[in-house]
Amino acid sequence: MMHSRTVQIWVGLFVIAGLAALLMLSMKVSNISTFTETEGYEVTAHFENIGGLKVRSPVTMAGVVVGRVANIGFDKESYEAVVTLNIQNEYDNIPADTSASIFTAGLLGEQYIGLEAGGAEEVLTAGSELELTQSAIVLEQIIGQFLVSQADKE
Amino acid sequence: MLDALQRLGATALGVAERMGRGHLFLLHVLGGFPALLPRFGMVVKQMYSVGVLSLVIIAVSGLFVGMVLGLQGYNTLVDFGATESLGVMVALSLVRELGPVVAGLLFAGRAGSALTAEIGLMKATEQLSAMEMMAVDPLHRVVAPRFLAGILSMPLLAAIFSALGVVGGYFVAVGLLGVDDGAFWSQMQAKVDLHEDVFNGVIKSVVFGFVVTWIAVFEGYDTVPTSEGVSRATTNTVVHGSLAVLGLDFVLTALMFGK
Amino acid sequence: MSQTDKPTAEPLVRIRDLVYSRGERRIFDGIDIDIQRGKLTAIMGPSGTGKTTLLRLIGGQLRPDSGTVWVDGESVPQLNYRQLYELRKRMGMLFQNGALLTDLNVFDNVAFPLREHTRLNEALIRDLVLMKLQAVGLRGARDLMPSELSGGMARRVALARAIALDPMMIMYDEPFTGQDPISMGVLVTLLRTLTDALGLTSVMVSHDVQESLSIADYVYVISEGRVVEDGTPDTLRASTSPWVQQFLQGLSDGPVPFHFPAADYAEDLLGKTVESSR
Repeated sequence: MMHSRTVQIWVGLFVIAGLAALLMLSMKVSNISTFTETEGYEVTAHFENIGGLKVRSPVTMAGVVVGRVANIGFDKESYEAVVTLNIQNEYDNIPADTSASIFTAGLLGEQYIGLEAGGAEEVLTAGSELELTQSAIVLEQIIGQFLVSQADKE
Repeated sequence: MLDALQRLGATALGVAERMGRGHLFLLHVLGGFPALLPRFGMVVKQMYSVGVLSLVIIAVSGLFVGMVLGLQGYNTLVDFGATESLGVMVALSLVRELGPVVAGLLFAGRAGSALTAEIGLMKATEQLSAMEMMAVDPLHRVVAPRFLAGILSMPLLAAIFSALGVVGGYFVAVGLLGVDDGAFWSQMQAKVDLHEDVFNGVIKSVVFGFVVTWIAVFEGYDTVPTSEGVSRATTNTVVHGSLAVLGLDFVLTALMFGK
Repeated sequence: MSQTDKPTAEPLVRIRDLVYSRGERRIFDGIDIDIQRGKLTAIMGPSGTGKTTLLRLIGGQLRPDSGTVWVDGESVPQLNYRQLYELRKRMGMLFQNGALLTDLNVFDNVAFPLREHTRLNEALIRDLVLMKLQAVGLRGARDLMPSELSGGMARRVALARAIALDPMMIMYDEPFTGQDPISMGVLVTLLRTLTDALGLTSVMVSHDVQESLSIADYVYVISEGRVVEDGTPDTLRASTSPWVQQFLQGLSDGPVPFHFPAADYAEDLLGKTVESSR
């Protein structure tokens, strides 16, 4: 039988190791910033085609993640997709005429929204709408267009 | 024909009866949990034998599973030129599935069988009976602290398994195969979700810890008090515990990720 | 003990018409037993007659099919969980192999019931434990683990543990089985002196005839689920029942035959019996 003090120290080390592992999984392996994500403001944008965009896809500006896609809906009147973006509060000086485009990370990677700053004095606030949007590039369409243009040349 | 039918019926009745007893047993044991709080030292002592003594096998397995994932994943991903995603693959496999499941299987084999054998032997040597006659409820005094220790230890063990697995994968990918250090971690961080992946993995490990420990202590308490009975109960713990982990993993995965 | 100095004729344990079966087998078929306060009562019978089962029925670990078990004015089968555990605090039981808790040393084993049921401080517990260990002569063995004890010593430690809470009654399950003559003698003396010195009510089940008869105040002999004979050791020795005489003297043949029931020997050897002619 081991001394109870030794046992307790070992169990203490075990608990610390377990909690450290959990901490590592949340900080180093996954992205802890998901915690702060709710503290942001929401703006909307209409897209003709969102391609493979999903809820929680990143929203970037100059390549830096500034927010996440919060919701994706469908506008029954314009037949367009309505995407709600959640932008973190610290980025509170984004010009109102900023444009949003859907990009693909790499050839086959996941899709994300890239924002490009405009020049207006006004800034985006909760409920604003991004007027300038560019839809996702759908690979099949491009290939189709390419084939058609090749056929035209001949 | 009729004999076979009768045997089937008898088996089904036996299983149902045992399940019923298992649930009553669980209720009785859980009733002993509040009394453990002022005497938490008893739980700490059991966490030593359930958790700390399982640490070596869990740590070594985690490290090696991660290293193998790194090697195998690299061979697959290199064909697509997507080796930066190796970190994502290793981390997701571990956090979502392999961490809880393999740690659960090892837990059933290492800690579960030890719990069953210990309680079974205490029953066979009349120690449990003697406690009852000393007006000490063995379900509260012997089973409850072991049960709680199992429930607390298993998520920690699974987390250690996953974390060391990621480290193992990192050693192989970055140290051995030359995957870019920054890409390994940043891709991982971008794709692994705290809630969706890490929390769900932890929930899985809590469920597995609960069920495996439940099976282990019940098998021990319900054992036929002979050396043959104890050995059979120990085997049952490992077999039933492992099957429960695999079966529940499917159900939980379907509930969590099967949208 | 307060119970014992009451000059009452009411027995501490009163069993009436007790029936208990295990599976198809009927272990007790209507037995009546009275255990008087402050006396050492022995319950004897051949192996496999359910003597240990009887102690478990008294302790409430088993419930009878029918009949009553009264202990100190309480009907044991009807007690609820809490009442039963309260009653057990006033009972001690010595199991056949001691049933010491293997992960605790001798001292902690004896201290176990005190720590579980009282809020005494450690210094007082230490004194009490050493007193109980002194009573069984094992004060010097306090730091040993149960695996380091001989069978007789383990039983004496278990005895110290059983008397730790100063119970009103103590039950001994086969206390002499498998002991060498010296530890047997020690145990015999201990049982008698504890009963007298502490005013304990003792119940002992045993098939060791000579030892039991030498220390018991009253003896019940049970066989095949019934009480065959009861009385003081002297009345029993003078019994005219051939069965009792066979049991007391340990004769190999008598009313209990040496042979398990079987077909005729000669016919069996010649292969003429029904079974082998199949």
